[in-house]
Amino acid sequence: MKCRVCRGPAIIDIRRHNANFCTEHFLRLCRDQTAKAIDDFDMIQPGERVLVAVSGGKDSLAVWDILLDLGYDADGLYLGLGIGDYSDESGRYARAYAASRERRLIEVDLPADYGYDIPSGARAAKRVPCSACGLSKRHLFDKAAIDGGYDVVVTGHNLDDEAAVLFGNVLRWQTDYLGRQLPVLPARHGFPRKVKPLVRLGEREMAAYCVVKGIDYIVEECPMAAGNKHLGYKEALNAIEATSPGSKHDFYFGFLARASAHFRPEAEGEQAGLLPCISCGAPTTTERCAFCRLVERAGGQLPDGSGTGPGPVPVEINVSRLDARPDRSAVS
Amino acid sequence: MEPMKVLLRNPRREVDVKGPLQVSTLLQRLEVNRESVLVIRGDTIVPGDLWLDDDDDVEIRPVISGGAFDPVAGPS
Repeated sequence: MKCRVCRGPAIIDIRRHNANFCTEHFLRLCRDQTAKAIDDFDMIQPGERVLVAVSGGKDSLAVWDILLDLGYDADGLYLGLGIGDYSDESGRYARAYAASRERRLIEVDLPADYGYDIPSGARAAKRVPCSACGLSKRHLFDKAAIDGGYDVVVTGHNLDDEAAVLFGNVLRWQTDYLGRQLPVLPARHGFPRKVKPLVRLGEREMAAYCVVKGIDYIVEECPMAAGNKHLGYKEALNAIEATSPGSKHDFYFGFLARASAHFRPEAEGEQAGLLPCISCGAPTTTERCAFCRLVERAGGQLPDGSGTGPGPVPVEINVSRLDARPDRSAVS
Repeated sequence: MEPMKVLLRNPRREVDVKGPLQVSTLLQRLEVNRESVLVIRGDTIVPGDLWLDDDDDVEIRPVISGGAFDPVAGPS
């Protein structure tokens, strides 16, 4: 196989591009596709402070690396989930990468700081582990970004992640989720802006990027995620992709271009009903937010130990702003 | 000569495969979807048309990961 760009020996084939790439041009492709996503969707403005949610896995370390190479001022946030050896090892990878690039890594540890871990928290709250994990991550990423004065939270979600989430939401016609499934969620109602700069790159490319760049990451799958529906959706989509390259890209970007806007009003209607949580101040649709309820059921505590939370997160609730937001319907 | 050692993950295990054979043939023989893995010889990624020999150390590394976490799933 020869590189499409230079005709030198290729290291990777990317069938949806019907192309092969050598090391140099593969890395350039990853940077260019990330920069294009950032530009196309107005993800990050020059000079903004960026907080990357880092798990120790390939995607989050890759996106942090690419953003730094593109010149962004990006720190990392690692959330210790208390999942035994898996969390210990993933934390080591996150710390090692931060040290190698001499960047700040903020650490929040669920057992030490909040008194629960994902396995026990999920059992106590009668949630599946991935649900308790996702809930904890969303809340704590938002809080860390706001507390730290960051303009934007970056996550390592890639094309495979987005296609799989879309697949699951379409299977069950989760129309409220479909209305929010965008590469950018603007800052509003006390939530920081959240962006996914890897939406133009696949999971296989991100693993290859880390191997080529010598970035060590946790390869083993989270033991809590084994057998979950999300992984099943990815396998199903990869079976389709194997016989019809480009299907995942067309599915996701076709949704953004031609269907996403139809589901937006329902999602925005839900946002209009937000009020501050009485415990922590985070925006919520209920009196106490789901995170505070999870902490309580898991027998944990908020960091100040009082049970009333770490102090309110700044919340700006102004329903009239809904009408002033830029139209993001043309997102192709 | 000993057959090549092929490392598989999730669960971690090692299988012996007789070479020479191409990467694409190895994946077919092990019934692995090429979209779901990288093939690494030593510490280098190798493409599907590369020939592997008995003295190669090969890893078939899965690239599918993640739970259902979505940062934009909405307010808690």
